[in-house]
Amino acid sequence: MSTETTYKSGSNLEKILASGQFAFTGELGPPRGTNVNEVREKAQFLKGNVDSVNITDNQTAMVRMASWAASLILVQEGLEPNYQMVCRDRNRLAMQADILGSSALGIRNMLCLSGDHQKFGDHPDAKGVFDIDSIQLISMVKQMRDERTFLSGGDLHGSPKLFIGAASNPFADPFEWRVHRLAKKIEAGADFIQTQCIYNMEKFREFIRLANEEGLTDKIHILAGVTPMKSVGMAKYMKNKVPGMDVPDEIIKRLQGVEKNKVAQEGINIACEQIEEFKGMKGVHGVHLMAIEWEHKVPEIAAQAKVLPRPVFD
Amino acid sequence: MIVAKRKPFAEIKAMLKGYKKVLNVGCGTCVSVCLAGGEKEVTILNTEIEMTRRLDKEPIEIQGHTIERQCDREYLAELDSIIEEGNFDALMSMACGVGIQFLAERYPLIPTFPAVDTTGLAVNQAVGWYEERCRSCSQCVLGMTGGICPVTMCAKGLFNGPCGGTNKGSCEISNEQPCAWFMIYERLKGQNRLDSIKKLNAVRGWNDQIPRNLVQPGYKKPENSLK
Repeated sequence: MSTETTYKSGSNLEKILASGQFAFTGELGPPRGTNVNEVREKAQFLKGNVDSVNITDNQTAMVRMASWAASLILVQEGLEPNYQMVCRDRNRLAMQADILGSSALGIRNMLCLSGDHQKFGDHPDAKGVFDIDSIQLISMVKQMRDERTFLSGGDLHGSPKLFIGAASNPFADPFEWRVHRLAKKIEAGADFIQTQCIYNMEKFREFIRLANEEGLTDKIHILAGVTPMKSVGMAKYMKNKVPGMDVPDEIIKRLQGVEKNKVAQEGINIACEQIEEFKGMKGVHGVHLMAIEWEHKVPEIAAQAKVLPRPVFD
Repeated sequence: MIVAKRKPFAEIKAMLKGYKKVLNVGCGTCVSVCLAGGEKEVTILNTEIEMTRRLDKEPIEIQGHTIERQCDREYLAELDSIIEEGNFDALMSMACGVGIQFLAERYPLIPTFPAVDTTGLAVNQAVGWYEERCRSCSQCVLGMTGGICPVTMCAKGLFNGPCGGTNKGSCEISNEQPCAWFMIYERLKGQNRLDSIKKLNAVRGWNDQIPRNLVQPGYKKPENSLK
């Protein structure tokens, strides 16, 4: 690869995707307290096994350690964070301030999200901010990075170097809208996409086919979201209780079809078969593994999925 | 219209504690139509208050008077003589938040208490059922969204929806809550106008962050007005 390449952020994730290699990212939820060791311990399972680690931002509207703070702990541990920011908890002033601070301290990837409604969390009566939405957040980060100005137009003294991510849920309805929404996120300035957990492969193939047809997959790197099922109960919960999640009955039947102590392994097998298909799927450039509270399983999943060793750049 | 809901009785009772002569003022317009604060509701509430205070051995003298509109000086004026002669030690209003404030402002020496919680600008879906439709944000986008308000009807007030939480046409917050952007999508599709929401909706400034004052073109504030 040429050393002349100019990167937008210079993040490891950007380099991997720019080099055409198949990316493999992970996820880590910050603790509900000040226990730094919790973050460090989870991080050790991810180190060397993934290219970048999403650090969730008050996920499901439950208060946790700030995502920028947990991201910085990862930087100290020698991992690359993907700093998530939701629109629910801060207005445009706080967002821009956090973007500058996180970039100044070495964060290079950022995922822009609307955020789960506060109603789901531990402070359901909180005032939801939503000053701007996720698509507007993408375009604000891009403006700060590329035009070197604040949203208001004022000059920035030093612009944030961030690889800009966005989410996509191919399974929410209306289905036809999902490709348009992806196009909007590309137009707003997203560099990469991490999708919602995929279980309905048929529907996902159709989504990618449409995205390919529209030429969208040439403009953006898509990482397919994978979450291994730990149990039949989890599969049923995801199917029935999580909005926008599409879990076909075959998945539940397949998990039910094995002995109880082998259900988790079967969940991992399903995930690895999916990853194998994604590796050869036109328009998919990597996998985002969301092993929820299962970080210690990531080394074995990565090995079984044959995505190791991860590429290393100087 | 503006809709409101009567406050819980315990809260009303607590506010009136210690006051012995009270005038409860109803409003004959919006809150009357939505069954919260018209003449009938004033009578019912006054009866409840009187009975409770009698049982508590803390009797109260409570009168009721409903005027056409509490948000209009012309109608408020008819209270002047009643209040002057009545020697009330507190006023209560069953009007919306606008009316309550205008009443309090007109009689600044008498404590004024709200008997209702104002809940918004709503449509009359059926008798007794009102659905909020407008947050009076000062920048109407209904032309772009097929006549469905994302500021009011989308739980996240998104401008580039529908988001990934759309669940079979419902909002992620509840199966009972229709997804505004799903409805917007469907309506614009039916009008062959989806292009209207395919383009990026840029960040907008919020025009409702400071108290708004409206003077229509061709009019001006009276010179002797403090406001």
